[in-house]
Amino acid sequence: MTTTFDVLIVGAGHGGAQAALALRQLHFAGSIGVIGDEPELPYERPPLSKEYFSGEKSFERILIRPATFWSEKQVQMLTGRRVVAVNAVAHTVRTAEGETFGYGQLVWATGGQPRRLACSGGDAVGVHGVRTRADADAMLRALAGGTGQRIVVVGGGYIGLEAAAVLAQQGRQVTVLEAQERVLARVAGEALSRVYEAEHRAHGVDVRLGVQVESLLTQDGRVKGVQLRDGEVLLADLVIVGIGIVPAVEPLLAAGAAGGNGVQVDATCRTSLPDVYAIGDCALHANGFAEGATIRLESVQNANDMATTAARALTGQPQPYHAVPWFWSNQYDLKLQTVGLSTGHDAVVVRGDLATRSFSVVYLRQGRVIALDCVNAVKDYVQGRALVLAGARVPAEALQDTTRPLKELAAAAA
Amino acid sequence: MSQLIVTLRDGATTHVPAEAGRSVMELIRDSGSGELLAICGGCCSCATCHVYVDPAFAALVPPMSDDENDLLDSSDQRRETSRLACQIPFSPALDGLRVTIAPED
Repeated sequence: MTTTFDVLIVGAGHGGAQAALALRQLHFAGSIGVIGDEPELPYERPPLSKEYFSGEKSFERILIRPATFWSEKQVQMLTGRRVVAVNAVAHTVRTAEGETFGYGQLVWATGGQPRRLACSGGDAVGVHGVRTRADADAMLRALAGGTGQRIVVVGGGYIGLEAAAVLAQQGRQVTVLEAQERVLARVAGEALSRVYEAEHRAHGVDVRLGVQVESLLTQDGRVKGVQLRDGEVLLADLVIVGIGIVPAVEPLLAAGAAGGNGVQVDATCRTSLPDVYAIGDCALHANGFAEGATIRLESVQNANDMATTAARALTGQPQPYHAVPWFWSNQYDLKLQTVGLSTGHDAVVVRGDLATRSFSVVYLRQGRVIALDCVNAVKDYVQGRALVLAGARVPAEALQDTTRPLKELAAAAA
Repeated sequence: MSQLIVTLRDGATTHVPAEAGRSVMELIRDSGSGELLAICGGCCSCATCHVYVDPAFAALVPPMSDDENDLLDSSDQRRETSRLACQIPFSPALDGLRVTIAPED
Protein backbone atom coordinates (compact mmCIF):
# COMPACT_ATOMS: atom_id res chain seq x y z
CA MET A 1 0.00 0.00 0.00
CA THR A 2 1.26 3.44 -0.88
CA THR A 3 1.27 6.10 1.82
CA THR A 4 -0.03 9.36 0.41
CA PHE A 5 0.44 12.82 1.91
CA ASP A 6 -1.57 15.91 1.09
CA VAL A 7 1.77 17.71 0.95
CA LEU A 8 4.94 15.72 0.50
CA ILE A 9 8.19 17.62 0.96
CA VAL A 10 11.33 16.10 -0.51
CA GLY A 11 14.40 17.42 1.26
CA ALA A 12 14.81 17.88 5.01
CA GLY A 13 17.14 20.87 5.10
CA HIS A 14 16.29 24.45 6.00
CA GLY A 15 13.78 24.78 3.16
CA GLY A 16 11.96 21.49 3.73
CA ALA A 17 11.70 22.04 7.48
CA GLN A 18 10.49 25.60 7.08
CA ALA A 19 7.90 24.57 4.47
CA ALA A 20 6.37 22.10 6.94
CA LEU A 21 6.56 24.63 9.74
CA ALA A 22 5.03 27.43 7.67
CA LEU A 23 2.17 25.17 6.51
CA ARG A 24 1.23 24.47 10.12
CA GLN A 25 1.63 28.15 11.05
CA LEU A 26 -0.81 28.92 8.23
CA HIS A 27 -3.23 26.36 9.76
CA PHE A 28 -2.86 23.80 6.99
CA ALA A 29 -4.75 20.80 8.35
CA GLY A 30 -3.80 18.13 5.79
CA SER A 31 -1.15 15.44 6.16
CA ILE A 32 2.51 16.43 5.71
CA GLY A 33 5.43 14.12 5.05
CA VAL A 34 9.08 15.14 4.78
CA ILE A 35 11.55 12.81 3.07
CA GLY A 36 15.23 13.40 3.82
CA ASP A 37 18.22 11.44 2.59
CA GLU A 38 20.20 11.92 5.78
CA PRO A 39 19.52 9.96 8.98
CA GLU A 40 19.05 13.13 11.06
CA LEU A 41 16.06 15.35 11.62
CA PRO A 42 16.39 18.77 9.95
CA TYR A 43 19.34 20.72 11.31
CA GLU A 44 21.07 24.01 10.57
CA ARG A 45 23.84 23.69 8.01
CA PRO A 46 25.78 26.92 8.57
CA PRO A 47 27.25 25.76 11.93
CA LEU A 48 28.80 22.73 10.20
CA SER A 49 31.71 24.94 9.13
CA LYS A 50 31.54 27.13 12.26
CA GLU A 51 30.14 26.43 15.76
CA TYR A 52 29.55 22.70 15.27
CA PHE A 53 32.90 22.18 13.57
CA SER A 54 34.73 24.05 16.32
CA GLY A 55 32.95 22.05 19.04
CA GLU A 56 31.23 25.12 20.43
CA LYS A 57 27.75 23.66 19.85
CA SER A 58 26.49 20.09 20.18
CA PHE A 59 24.39 18.55 17.42
CA GLU A 60 21.22 18.76 19.52
CA ARG A 61 21.62 22.52 19.67
CA ILE A 62 21.66 22.89 15.89
CA LEU A 63 18.50 20.87 15.26
CA ILE A 64 15.99 23.21 13.61
CA ARG A 65 13.34 21.75 15.94
CA PRO A 66 13.47 18.76 18.32
CA ALA A 67 11.74 15.46 17.47
CA THR A 68 8.81 16.20 19.78
CA PHE A 69 8.02 19.34 17.81
CA TRP A 70 7.52 17.47 14.56
CA SER A 71 5.34 14.81 16.13
CA GLU A 72 3.23 17.42 17.94
CA LYS A 73 2.75 19.27 14.65
CA GLN A 74 1.91 15.98 12.94
CA VAL A 75 4.68 16.28 10.43
CA GLN A 76 5.90 12.83 9.50
CA MET A 77 9.67 12.80 9.15
CA LEU A 78 10.82 10.10 6.73
CA THR A 79 14.58 10.25 7.19
CA GLY A 80 17.23 8.10 5.57
CA ARG A 81 15.41 7.90 2.25
CA ARG A 82 16.48 9.25 -1.11
CA VAL A 83 13.94 10.02 -3.80
CA VAL A 84 15.18 8.75 -7.17
CA ALA A 85 12.10 9.12 -9.35
CA VAL A 86 9.01 11.27 -9.63
CA ASN A 87 5.88 10.25 -11.51
CA ALA A 88 4.15 13.54 -12.18
CA VAL A 89 1.10 11.86 -13.70
CA ALA A 90 0.48 9.35 -10.92
CA HIS A 91 1.59 11.90 -8.29
CA THR A 92 4.06 9.53 -6.69
CA VAL A 93 7.73 9.46 -5.81
CA ARG A 94 9.95 6.40 -5.50
CA THR A 95 12.92 6.08 -3.19
CA ALA A 96 16.24 4.30 -3.66
CA GLU A 97 15.10 2.07 -0.80
CA GLY A 98 12.20 0.83 -2.97
CA GLU A 99 9.29 2.62 -1.31
CA THR A 100 6.64 4.63 -3.13
CA PHE A 101 4.88 7.65 -1.62
CA GLY A 102 1.92 9.49 -3.10
CA TYR A 103 1.35 13.23 -2.95
CA GLY A 104 -1.41 15.73 -3.47
CA GLN A 105 1.14 18.52 -3.78
CA LEU A 106 4.90 18.05 -3.90
CA VAL A 107 7.54 20.47 -2.58
CA TRP A 108 11.01 19.77 -3.91
CA ALA A 109 13.60 21.10 -1.46
CA THR A 110 16.60 18.92 -2.06
CA GLY A 111 19.35 21.55 -2.23
CA GLY A 112 22.42 20.09 -3.84
CA GLN A 113 25.41 17.82 -3.54
CA PRO A 114 28.86 19.29 -2.96
CA ARG A 115 30.72 19.45 -6.26
CA ARG A 116 33.56 16.93 -6.19
CA LEU A 117 37.03 17.25 -7.59
CA ALA A 118 36.93 15.59 -10.98
CA CYS A 119 40.68 14.92 -11.03
CA SER A 120 42.41 11.69 -10.13
CA GLY A 121 42.44 11.04 -6.38
CA GLY A 122 39.34 13.17 -5.91
CA ASP A 123 37.53 10.37 -4.11
CA ALA A 124 40.43 9.22 -1.92
CA VAL A 125 40.09 8.69 1.82
CA GLY A 126 40.84 11.97 3.55
CA VAL A 127 39.00 14.12 0.99
CA HIS A 128 35.97 15.79 2.55
CA GLY A 129 33.10 18.02 1.51
CA VAL A 130 31.23 20.23 3.98
CA ARG A 131 27.50 19.86 3.42
CA THR A 132 26.17 17.35 5.92
CA ARG A 133 26.61 16.39 9.53
CA ALA A 134 28.21 13.17 8.26
CA ASP A 135 30.77 15.26 6.36
CA ALA A 136 31.60 17.32 9.45
CA ASP A 137 31.72 14.26 11.72
CA ALA A 138 34.01 12.41 9.32
CA MET A 139 36.42 15.35 9.44
CA LEU A 140 36.17 15.67 13.20
CA ARG A 141 36.91 11.94 13.58
CA ALA A 142 39.90 12.21 11.26
CA LEU A 143 41.22 15.22 13.18
CA ALA A 144 40.71 13.48 16.52
CA GLY A 145 42.53 10.44 15.13
CA GLY A 146 45.65 12.45 14.40
CA THR A 147 45.17 13.37 10.75
CA GLY A 148 45.07 17.01 9.81
CA GLN A 149 48.74 17.77 10.31
CA ARG A 150 48.71 19.41 6.90
CA ILE A 151 45.38 20.51 5.55
CA VAL A 152 44.60 21.78 2.08
CA VAL A 153 41.30 23.53 1.47
CA VAL A 154 40.31 23.59 -2.20
CA GLY A 155 38.11 26.61 -2.88
CA GLY A 156 38.26 30.08 -1.36
CA GLY A 157 34.51 30.60 -1.02
CA TYR A 158 32.65 31.05 2.24
CA ILE A 159 32.55 27.34 3.17
CA GLY A 160 36.25 26.79 2.56
CA LEU A 161 37.28 29.97 4.32
CA GLU A 162 35.09 29.30 7.35
CA ALA A 163 36.52 25.81 7.73
CA ALA A 164 40.05 27.21 7.27
CA ALA A 165 39.41 29.78 10.01
CA VAL A 166 38.31 27.15 12.53
CA LEU A 167 41.30 24.93 11.72
CA ALA A 168 43.82 27.77 11.76
CA GLN A 169 42.53 28.81 15.16
CA GLN A 170 43.30 25.29 16.36
CA GLY A 171 46.88 25.93 15.35
CA ARG A 172 46.78 23.63 12.35
CA GLN A 173 48.76 24.15 9.17
CA VAL A 174 46.24 25.16 6.52
CA THR A 175 46.63 26.04 2.84
CA VAL A 176 43.74 27.49 0.85
CA LEU A 177 43.81 27.03 -2.92
CA GLU A 178 41.71 29.34 -5.04
CA ALA A 179 41.52 29.08 -8.80
CA GLN A 180 40.51 32.72 -9.28
CA GLU A 181 42.83 35.65 -8.62
CA ARG A 182 41.06 36.40 -5.35
CA VAL A 183 39.00 34.61 -2.69
CA LEU A 184 35.21 35.10 -2.64
CA ALA A 185 35.45 36.03 -6.32
CA ARG A 186 31.99 34.68 -7.11
CA VAL A 187 30.19 36.49 -4.30
CA ALA A 188 31.98 39.71 -3.31
CA GLY A 189 33.98 42.64 -4.61
CA GLU A 190 37.74 42.82 -4.60
CA ALA A 191 38.00 45.07 -1.52
CA LEU A 192 36.36 42.41 0.61
CA SER A 193 38.42 39.62 -0.95
CA ARG A 194 41.65 41.37 -0.04
CA VAL A 195 40.58 41.88 3.57
CA TYR A 196 39.77 38.19 3.97
CA GLU A 197 42.99 37.08 2.29
CA ALA A 198 45.00 39.31 4.65
CA GLU A 199 43.06 38.08 7.68
CA HIS A 200 43.69 34.43 6.86
CA ARG A 201 47.35 35.07 6.18
CA ALA A 202 47.67 36.91 9.50
CA HIS A 203 46.40 33.72 11.14
CA GLY A 204 49.04 31.65 9.40
CA VAL A 205 46.94 30.31 6.53
CA ASP A 206 48.85 29.94 3.27
CA VAL A 207 46.42 31.49 0.77
CA ARG A 208 47.32 30.61 -2.84
CA LEU A 209 45.50 32.46 -5.59
CA GLY A 210 45.16 31.64 -9.28
CA VAL A 211 46.20 28.04 -8.75
CA GLN A 212 44.70 24.96 -10.36
CA VAL A 213 44.60 21.49 -8.84
CA GLU A 214 46.00 18.93 -11.27
CA SER A 215 45.47 15.81 -9.17
CA LEU A 216 45.42 14.47 -5.65
CA LEU A 217 48.29 12.15 -4.78
CA THR A 218 47.35 9.04 -2.87
CA GLN A 219 48.94 6.11 -1.13
CA ASP A 220 46.89 2.99 -0.37
CA GLY A 221 43.75 4.93 -1.23
CA ARG A 222 44.55 7.74 1.23
CA VAL A 223 45.29 11.28 0.17
CA LYS A 224 48.94 12.27 0.57
CA GLY A 225 49.16 15.53 -1.27
CA VAL A 226 47.86 17.92 -3.85
CA GLN A 227 49.63 18.41 -7.15
CA LEU A 228 49.14 21.80 -8.74
CA ARG A 229 49.05 22.37 -12.47
CA ASP A 230 52.47 24.04 -12.37
CA GLY A 231 53.90 20.82 -10.93
CA GLU A 232 54.26 21.89 -7.32
CA VAL A 233 53.20 19.31 -4.76
CA LEU A 234 51.67 20.30 -1.42
CA LEU A 235 51.75 17.56 1.20
CA ALA A 236 48.36 17.03 2.77
CA ASP A 237 46.74 14.34 4.89
CA LEU A 238 43.35 16.07 4.84
CA VAL A 239 41.74 17.84 1.89
CA ILE A 240 38.57 19.86 2.24
CA VAL A 241 36.68 20.62 -0.95
CA GLY A 242 34.44 23.66 -1.02
CA ILE A 243 33.85 24.36 -4.70
CA GLY A 244 30.11 24.79 -4.79
CA ILE A 245 27.16 22.50 -5.17
CA VAL A 246 25.39 20.66 -7.95
CA PRO A 247 21.62 21.09 -7.57
CA ALA A 248 19.89 17.78 -6.81
CA VAL A 249 17.14 17.98 -9.39
CA GLU A 250 17.65 14.98 -11.68
CA PRO A 251 14.47 13.08 -10.71
CA LEU A 252 12.37 16.19 -11.31
CA LEU A 253 13.99 17.00 -14.64
CA ALA A 254 13.59 13.37 -15.68
CA ALA A 255 9.89 13.70 -14.84
CA GLY A 256 9.68 16.57 -17.31
CA ALA A 257 10.17 19.68 -15.17
CA ALA A 258 11.72 22.64 -16.96
CA GLY A 259 15.19 23.53 -15.77
CA GLY A 260 18.85 22.76 -16.20
CA ASN A 261 21.18 24.07 -13.55
CA GLY A 262 18.31 23.71 -11.09
CA VAL A 263 14.57 23.48 -11.56
CA GLN A 264 12.70 26.44 -12.99
CA VAL A 265 10.04 27.99 -10.76
CA ASP A 266 7.63 30.89 -11.13
CA ALA A 267 7.04 33.75 -8.68
CA THR A 268 5.17 31.48 -6.28
CA CYS A 269 7.72 28.66 -6.53
CA ARG A 270 5.64 26.45 -8.85
CA THR A 271 7.57 24.28 -11.29
CA SER A 272 6.30 23.51 -14.80
CA LEU A 273 4.84 20.23 -13.48
CA PRO A 274 1.32 20.29 -12.04
CA ASP A 275 1.17 20.34 -8.23
CA VAL A 276 4.95 20.46 -7.90
CA TYR A 277 6.78 23.32 -6.18
CA ALA A 278 10.53 23.77 -5.74
CA ILE A 279 12.34 25.92 -3.17
CA GLY A 280 15.79 26.80 -1.88
CA ASP A 281 19.22 26.18 -3.35
CA CYS A 282 17.88 24.07 -6.22
CA ALA A 283 15.22 26.54 -7.44
CA LEU A 284 15.99 28.60 -10.54
CA HIS A 285 13.96 31.76 -10.21
CA ALA A 286 13.73 35.28 -11.58
CA ASN A 287 15.11 37.38 -8.73
CA GLY A 288 14.02 41.00 -8.39
CA PHE A 289 17.30 41.84 -6.66
CA ALA A 290 19.28 40.55 -9.65
CA GLU A 291 17.51 42.72 -12.24
CA GLY A 292 15.07 39.87 -12.75
CA ALA A 293 17.82 37.52 -13.92
CA THR A 294 17.13 33.81 -13.47
CA ILE A 295 19.40 32.58 -10.71
CA ARG A 296 19.81 30.04 -7.98
CA LEU A 297 20.51 31.45 -4.56
CA GLU A 298 22.34 29.25 -2.07
CA SER A 299 21.41 30.65 1.31
CA VAL A 300 19.38 29.99 4.41
CA GLN A 301 17.42 33.18 3.77
CA ASN A 302 16.36 32.01 0.32
CA ALA A 303 15.43 28.52 1.57
CA ASN A 304 13.33 29.95 4.39
CA ASP A 305 11.59 32.64 2.43
CA MET A 306 10.83 30.42 -0.55
CA ALA A 307 9.43 27.83 1.85
CA THR A 308 7.04 30.44 3.17
CA THR A 309 6.16 31.50 -0.40
CA ALA A 310 5.30 27.89 -1.32
CA ALA A 311 3.34 27.37 1.91
CA ARG A 312 1.28 30.48 1.21
CA ALA A 313 0.52 29.27 -2.33
CA LEU A 314 -0.38 25.81 -1.02
CA THR A 315 -2.86 27.32 1.43
CA GLY A 316 -4.55 29.50 -1.16
CA GLN A 317 -2.96 32.82 -0.23
CA PRO A 318 -0.20 33.21 -2.82
CA GLN A 319 2.22 36.14 -2.70
CA PRO A 320 5.06 36.47 -5.20
CA TYR A 321 8.57 35.85 -3.87
CA HIS A 322 10.33 39.16 -3.34
CA ALA A 323 12.52 38.76 -0.29
CA VAL A 324 15.69 40.82 0.14
CA PRO A 325 18.63 38.42 -0.01
CA TRP A 326 20.77 38.37 3.12
CA PHE A 327 23.63 36.25 4.26
CA TRP A 328 26.21 36.00 7.00
CA SER A 329 29.66 34.53 7.51
CA ASN A 330 31.70 34.47 10.71
CA GLN A 331 35.46 34.03 10.42
CA TYR A 332 37.87 34.81 13.26
CA ASP A 333 36.45 37.98 14.80
CA LEU A 334 35.11 39.24 11.47
CA LYS A 335 31.34 39.24 11.43
CA LEU A 336 30.21 39.66 7.85
CA GLN A 337 26.62 40.43 6.97
CA THR A 338 25.47 40.89 3.41
CA VAL A 339 22.25 42.40 2.16
CA GLY A 340 21.26 42.43 -1.51
CA LEU A 341 23.09 40.78 -4.39
CA SER A 342 26.31 42.38 -5.62
CA THR A 343 26.46 40.45 -8.89
CA GLY A 344 26.45 42.86 -11.82
CA HIS A 345 27.68 45.88 -9.85
CA ASP A 346 29.50 48.59 -11.83
CA ALA A 347 30.78 50.66 -8.90
CA VAL A 348 32.02 49.99 -5.40
CA VAL A 349 32.27 52.39 -2.48
CA VAL A 350 34.15 51.51 0.69
CA ARG A 351 32.55 53.07 3.74
CA GLY A 352 34.89 53.22 6.70
CA ASP A 353 38.53 52.29 7.06
CA LEU A 354 39.42 48.72 6.11
CA ALA A 355 42.23 48.79 8.68
CA THR A 356 39.82 49.37 11.56
CA ARG A 357 38.13 46.01 10.90
CA SER A 358 34.75 47.72 10.87
CA PHE A 359 33.61 48.86 7.45
CA SER A 360 31.11 48.28 4.68
CA VAL A 361 31.48 47.72 0.99
CA VAL A 362 28.59 49.27 -0.93
CA TYR A 363 27.82 47.98 -4.42
CA LEU A 364 26.05 50.10 -7.02
CA ARG A 365 24.66 49.49 -10.48
CA GLN A 366 23.87 52.49 -12.64
CA GLY A 367 24.05 54.72 -9.60
CA ARG A 368 21.68 52.64 -7.49
CA VAL A 369 22.66 50.76 -4.33
CA ILE A 370 22.21 47.02 -4.95
CA ALA A 371 24.09 45.41 -2.06
CA LEU A 372 26.27 45.91 1.00
CA ASP A 373 28.88 43.66 2.56
CA CYS A 374 29.17 44.85 6.15
CA VAL A 375 32.08 43.69 8.30
CA ASN A 376 31.66 44.30 12.02
CA ALA A 377 29.20 46.99 10.97
CA VAL A 378 25.76 45.81 12.00
CA LYS A 379 24.32 49.31 11.89
CA ASP A 380 25.20 49.67 8.21
CA TYR A 381 23.75 46.23 7.53
CA VAL A 382 20.45 47.12 9.18
CA GLN A 383 20.19 50.60 7.71
CA GLY A 384 21.58 49.66 4.30
CA ARG A 385 18.68 47.29 3.75
CA ALA A 386 16.40 50.25 3.05
CA LEU A 387 18.84 51.51 0.39
CA VAL A 388 18.82 48.11 -1.32
CA LEU A 389 15.04 47.76 -1.12
CA ALA A 390 14.56 51.19 -2.63
CA GLY A 391 17.38 50.84 -5.16
CA ALA A 392 18.36 54.24 -3.80
CA ARG A 393 20.52 56.64 -5.79
CA VAL A 394 23.13 57.93 -3.37
CA PRO A 395 26.29 59.79 -4.34
CA ALA A 396 29.55 58.02 -3.50
CA GLU A 397 30.72 60.90 -1.28
CA ALA A 398 27.64 60.52 0.90
CA LEU A 399 28.15 56.76 1.23
CA GLN A 400 31.78 57.29 2.19
CA ASP A 401 30.89 59.76 4.93
CA THR A 402 30.74 57.59 8.06
CA THR A 403 29.45 60.52 10.11
CA ARG A 404 26.20 60.24 8.19
CA PRO A 405 24.13 57.19 9.12
CA LEU A 406 22.80 55.24 6.13
CA LYS A 407 19.33 55.73 7.58
CA GLU A 408 19.65 59.43 6.88
CA LEU A 409 20.76 58.74 3.30
CA ALA A 410 17.82 56.40 2.78
CA ALA A 411 15.42 59.08 3.97
CA ALA A 412 17.06 61.66 1.70
CA ALA A 413 16.93 59.35 -1.33
CA ALA A 414 13.27 58.43 -0.79
CA MET B 1 13.33 22.60 37.14
CA SER B 2 13.37 26.31 36.35
CA GLN B 3 10.87 27.60 33.89
CA LEU B 4 10.31 30.26 31.32
CA ILE B 5 6.86 31.74 30.73
CA VAL B 6 6.25 32.54 27.09
CA THR B 7 3.36 34.55 25.68
CA LEU B 8 2.70 33.67 22.06
CA ARG B 9 1.39 36.01 19.37
CA ASP B 10 -2.22 34.92 19.91
CA GLY B 11 -1.90 35.81 23.60
CA ALA B 12 -1.72 32.21 24.83
CA THR B 13 0.84 31.57 27.55
CA THR B 14 2.99 28.48 27.88
CA HIS B 15 5.33 27.34 30.63
CA VAL B 16 8.58 26.04 29.23
CA PRO B 17 10.98 23.93 31.31
CA ALA B 18 14.27 25.80 31.21
CA GLU B 19 17.72 24.39 31.40
CA ALA B 20 20.68 26.62 32.26
CA GLY B 21 23.26 26.90 29.49
CA ARG B 22 20.68 27.23 26.73
CA SER B 23 19.62 30.57 25.34
CA VAL B 24 16.07 31.81 25.78
CA MET B 25 15.79 31.53 21.97
CA GLU B 26 16.67 27.81 22.05
CA LEU B 27 14.21 27.18 24.89
CA ILE B 28 11.34 28.85 23.02
CA ARG B 29 12.26 27.32 19.66
CA ASP B 30 12.39 23.81 21.10
CA SER B 31 9.23 24.18 23.17
CA GLY B 32 6.72 23.64 20.41
CA SER B 33 5.97 27.12 19.16
CA GLY B 34 6.71 27.55 15.52
CA GLU B 35 6.57 31.30 15.86
CA LEU B 36 10.20 32.02 16.62
CA LEU B 37 12.11 31.58 13.37
CA ALA B 38 15.62 32.19 14.74
CA ILE B 39 16.95 31.90 11.22
CA CYS B 40 20.63 32.51 11.95
CA GLY B 41 20.64 29.89 14.69
CA GLY B 42 21.60 32.28 17.44
CA CYS B 43 24.75 34.00 16.20
CA CYS B 44 23.25 37.49 16.44
CA SER B 45 23.11 37.96 12.68
CA CYS B 46 19.39 38.48 12.13
CA ALA B 47 16.51 39.68 14.26
CA THR B 48 14.08 36.77 13.94
CA CYS B 49 14.06 35.85 17.66
CA HIS B 50 12.70 39.20 18.84
CA VAL B 51 10.93 39.11 22.24
CA TYR B 52 9.76 41.54 24.89
CA VAL B 53 11.18 40.88 28.33
CA ASP B 54 9.12 41.48 31.46
CA PRO B 55 10.54 44.70 32.97
CA ALA B 56 10.67 42.97 36.37
CA PHE B 57 13.60 40.95 35.01
CA ALA B 58 15.38 43.81 33.29
CA ALA B 59 18.12 43.95 35.89
CA LEU B 60 18.73 40.19 35.75
CA VAL B 61 19.28 39.73 32.01
CA PRO B 62 22.69 40.53 30.58
CA PRO B 63 23.14 43.98 29.03
CA MET B 64 22.61 44.47 25.33
CA SER B 65 25.59 44.56 22.96
CA ASP B 66 25.87 47.21 20.26
CA ASP B 67 25.27 44.54 17.62
CA GLU B 68 22.05 43.40 19.24
CA ASN B 69 20.92 46.99 19.65
CA ASP B 70 21.57 47.70 15.98
CA LEU B 71 19.79 44.53 14.84
CA LEU B 72 16.74 45.35 16.94
CA ASP B 73 16.57 48.67 15.12
CA SER B 74 15.60 46.69 12.02
CA SER B 75 12.25 45.88 13.61
CA ASP B 76 9.22 48.14 13.37
CA GLN B 77 7.99 46.40 16.49
CA ARG B 78 10.83 47.52 18.72
CA ARG B 79 9.91 48.62 22.23
CA GLU B 80 11.74 49.60 25.39
CA THR B 81 11.72 45.95 26.52
CA SER B 82 12.86 44.42 23.20
CA ARG B 83 15.64 41.83 23.19
CA LEU B 84 16.94 39.15 20.86
CA ALA B 85 16.21 35.92 22.72
CA CYS B 86 19.41 34.31 21.42
CA GLN B 87 21.43 36.83 23.40
CA ILE B 88 19.95 35.85 26.78
CA PRO B 89 21.57 32.73 28.21
CA PHE B 90 19.19 31.11 30.66
CA SER B 91 20.37 30.82 34.26
CA PRO B 92 18.69 29.77 37.51
CA ALA B 93 18.42 33.46 38.44
CA LEU B 94 16.00 33.84 35.53
CA ASP B 95 13.55 31.21 36.87
CA GLY B 96 10.05 32.44 36.05
CA LEU B 97 11.24 34.87 33.37
CA ARG B 98 8.32 36.12 31.31
CA VAL B 99 8.83 36.93 27.65
CA THR B 100 6.40 37.79 24.87
CA ILE B 101 7.13 36.94 21.25
CA ALA B 102 7.13 40.17 19.24
CA PRO B 103 4.76 40.47 16.26
CA GLU B 104 6.15 39.50 12.88
CA ASP B 105 7.74 42.37 10.94
